[in-house]
Amino acid sequence: MPDALLSTKALEAHYGDFQALFGISIDVQPAEVVAIIGANGAGKTTLMRSITGLIRNKPEMVVWKGRAIGALRADQVAHLGIAMVPEGRQLFQSLSVEENLMIGGQMGRKGPWTLKTVQDLFPLLQERRHVPATALSGGQQQMVAIGRALMSNPDILLFDEISLGLAPIVIKSIYEALPAIIGEGMSAIIVEQDIAKAVSVSHRVYCLQEGRVSLQGRPDELTREAISAAYFGV
Amino acid sequence: MDWINAILQGILLGGLYALFAAGLSLIFGVMRLVNIAHGDFIVLAAFLGLTITTTLGLSPLLALILVVPVMAGIGYGLQRLVLNQTLGDDILPPLLVTFGLSVIIQNGLLEIYSADPQKISAGALETASVALPGDLNIGVLPLLMFGVAVAVIAGLQWIFYRSALGRAFRAVSDKQDIAQLMGLNKAHIFGLAMALSLAVVGLAGVFLGIRTSFDPSIGPGRLIFGFEAVIIGGLGNLWGTLIGGIILGVSQNIGAQINPGWQLLAGHIAFLIVLAVRPRGLFPRID
Repeated sequence: MPDALLSTKALEAHYGDFQALFGISIDVQPAEVVAIIGANGAGKTTLMRSITGLIRNKPEMVVWKGRAIGALRADQVAHLGIAMVPEGRQLFQSLSVEENLMIGGQMGRKGPWTLKTVQDLFPLLQERRHVPATALSGGQQQMVAIGRALMSNPDILLFDEISLGLAPIVIKSIYEALPAIIGEGMSAIIVEQDIAKAVSVSHRVYCLQEGRVSLQGRPDELTREAISAAYFGV
Repeated sequence: MDWINAILQGILLGGLYALFAAGLSLIFGVMRLVNIAHGDFIVLAAFLGLTITTTLGLSPLLALILVVPVMAGIGYGLQRLVLNQTLGDDILPPLLVTFGLSVIIQNGLLEIYSADPQKISAGALETASVALPGDLNIGVLPLLMFGVAVAVIAGLQWIFYRSALGRAFRAVSDKQDIAQLMGLNKAHIFGLAMALSLAVVGLAGVFLGIRTSFDPSIGPGRLIFGFEAVIIGGLGNLWGTLIGGIILGVSQNIGAQINPGWQLLAGHIAFLIVLAVRPRGLFPRID
């Protein structure tokens, strides 16, 4: 598939002497939602950090719209239109709810998302806009984190462990809001430990195990047994 | 009446100390960097002001138009080329590097200007004063400096809490990685913070040079005053820093009123008392 929006090519990543990723090759097509599942320590977050430039790699290991971007800094990658909702929300604690959103929008990329449209999507963020972001509940903070990423009007949105540490009812409402968030034309990568949730919203699934892709395919092609085997390595 | 006068002059002096401290507080808040060379940059700015006033024949207040941007430029370059390389999990490298800078600046100034005390002349402005009821006189210059200090603190406060730049400062200060994900280049943001810090130093240096005589060796002393004002006021609180500066200035003047030899000692004692009673300062904002 030559015209992938984003792809990684034999991506390897290291933390010091420890190798976390061993030749990961994935691709995301325009307007496609891809799920990446895997157990703790499978390398999902490392993969996200590599794509977004928080871990720098060889240039050709990450390709965006035909351009090798593996060695760019995270802020340069962000300007290209790759946004992430990081694991654990990671809001700026000294900024208010509204200021967190504005930081997301400060690159000035044009598109449908503005402070107003984000606040229309999550009316609560309008109501509580002057509150310090970390005074909100976990689910509300997740809304801020998603809104903050949307504010940059990205071409692809990376969700890293969006349901981690949240109540089931909150997770449910976030997944219900997901189609409206991703909307028309935006691609997304959803990183999850909750297999069923991830599979239900995605066009394709990659399963990682110990830093390698252990399984990939469309959700309807993959059996429960195959996913379990690829997930746990049994 | 002498006492009231001493306190009044002390308050005005406190404005200058707040200017010494504001830049120090700013960069510590944004990047947790303690700039040991801060005082020497103040002296550098004073010598820069001296050179500009004597060679171009400008009044010192006009010289600020040159000194402030030049200092800001030095700050940005220094941060991008040197200090960013030292920042990391370890707090020791930036301390050592700025200590080294302090030595370099002192000796550089000694080489160029010699150890003779210098002073920037502000002409008639130096002796102008306004009379207050009850036989009190306030110098126009100290009053002007205090007014500028309040304006600078208010301006920094506005930048920090109301502007896009301040938002970026706080975001990078909170979480550097995540701020990068939002498209903020932290190397550049840190550069801007240091530029702002040294711009304030430019002001402080020229004011210092007008107010008292100076020589290349007095930087570390100004650094201590700055530190004390920041700590008394509480870390991360700019208005607190102004109050810290005022407390320091008033204590010094009261000390001097008791005995001329006690001026500096009284300031340090006030600092120690605050530290003993309120270890985090009077109005702390950050831990």
